[in-house]
Amino acid sequence: MSEPTPHYLYKRHSVAVRVMHWVNAVAVLALLMSGLQIFNAHPALYWGKSSYTGADAAFAISARRAADGTYEGVTRIGGLEFTTTHVLGVSRNGDRVEVRAFPAWATVPGDRWLAMGRRWHFFFAWLFVVNGACYVLHGIVTRRFRNHLLPTRRDWRSTWSTIKDHVLLRHPKGEAARRYNLLQKLAYLGVMYVALPVLLLMGLAMSPWFDTVLTGWVDLVGGRQSARTLHFIAAALLVAFTLVHLFEVVISGVWNNLRSMITGNYKIEPQPGEER
Amino acid sequence: MSRRRFLRGLTSALATSLLTACDDLSRSSWFPKLLGSVEPLNRGLHKALTSRTSMAQEFDESDISPTFRSNGTALPNDAAYQRMAGNGFADWQLVVDGLVEQPARFTLDELRAMRSRTQITRHDCVEGWSAIGKWTGTPLAEVLSRVRPTSAARYVVFHCADPMNRGGDRYYESIDMEDAFHPQTILAYELNGARLPVENGAPIRVRVERQLGYKMAKYIMRIELVDDFSGINGGRGGYWEDRGYEWYAGI
Repeated sequence: MSEPTPHYLYKRHSVAVRVMHWVNAVAVLALLMSGLQIFNAHPALYWGKSSYTGADAAFAISARRAADGTYEGVTRIGGLEFTTTHVLGVSRNGDRVEVRAFPAWATVPGDRWLAMGRRWHFFFAWLFVVNGACYVLHGIVTRRFRNHLLPTRRDWRSTWSTIKDHVLLRHPKGEAARRYNLLQKLAYLGVMYVALPVLLLMGLAMSPWFDTVLTGWVDLVGGRQSARTLHFIAAALLVAFTLVHLFEVVISGVWNNLRSMITGNYKIEPQPGEER
Repeated sequence: MSRRRFLRGLTSALATSLLTACDDLSRSSWFPKLLGSVEPLNRGLHKALTSRTSMAQEFDESDISPTFRSNGTALPNDAAYQRMAGNGFADWQLVVDGLVEQPARFTLDELRAMRSRTQITRHDCVEGWSAIGKWTGTPLAEVLSRVRPTSAARYVVFHCADPMNRGGDRYYESIDMEDAFHPQTILAYELNGARLPVENGAPIRVRVERQLGYKMAKYIMRIELVDDFSGINGGRGGYWEDRGYEWYAGI
């Protein structure tokens, strides 16, 4: 009989980080789904100061009547056109087939209800901002930002091996799992200090009153409709990050990862030569 | 049942019940109120960051949208209005009353004879689109200076000609005195150098440039100064506000 693998639990995440993680997860999900409800009220994106400049929309979701009388969903990106029936443009909501950009399962509320979508969006925007401000402060005060998230010289030297490990789905084990690797650090920094602040700023840029804080500042990001487009793109990148994040959580030990974000404890199985 | 199928079923059941729970919350009486509790925060933050007369951006002629989109009512379904429109609004008179020392009526020519302001501004609809147009009109402050609001007046209510539904509810809106006296708040009678078209709100529509389009009432017939709008129609200060939209539309 082989001996059971010796292992120990270590406190990976402080209670503050765990609470802020889950508050952020709830807020971002509510913001995303209510955001799609808001988008559905005018499902087109433009580049510039206004929507009506003489140029076509850069991105649009619509529906058109097919020869057989049924509707088909059409998504346009630049000059390209895709049929996206069932998901974008035309989709099922309960027992009805509806003409709507994003489907009912992706929006809050499920039915078309712009006023309520806005309520959700602005409430969770405040929760997100207050939580995010706490996170940034916490990161500075506890030095978590410097000690755990800023890439070290050693991280940069391991760039290629880390990329190779990720592509081959090889995950750090033993003591190495106690630290974030370079790609994790860059992903977390990119999301928390670039994508989310950009999302917030582009959201503020869409507010006609906030624009008057410094009249004309919205031109710096290409105008209000560009800000709306960037808001949408940043949200799409965030969805992409979340999908990769969930994938990595699942394949690198789903229960261990979940436990570390709920109770804080992460199980380490020391590797040969790593006796404690 | 395989583990994978079980997990997939569990995930989809969880997702469905989450969506149902969100929809139940939206239809409850307390949750929308909780969500709406941030409206004063939005307004307070914006007012704290800006001066009373912070200016909305003004644009160049080259930014003007080829056609200014008409949204909502394009032709009020009202015989009296249509008669006036047929006559070029020669019989139209703007009633200004309520908490004022000198209630008055103004014809379109009288408004046109007052000081005017022209501004090229961006119109942001709550739906998400924007259009840029050149507006010329009488500053609301100019009209108010003639009727002299009393110190009790807190809001300016715009009563409009367009019935919005079979019940005959007409469009209305309200703004506070700060917006009422803002230099860019005008009663516009021209769009892009021509008489304001019926689809954009003839004979006058108000411009409230720091807020969304639904605040900018079209087809204005009467301006009433009040200290409280809870007794008017649904009591929330506007047609769309009565249907769940925020009174503060600066966001």
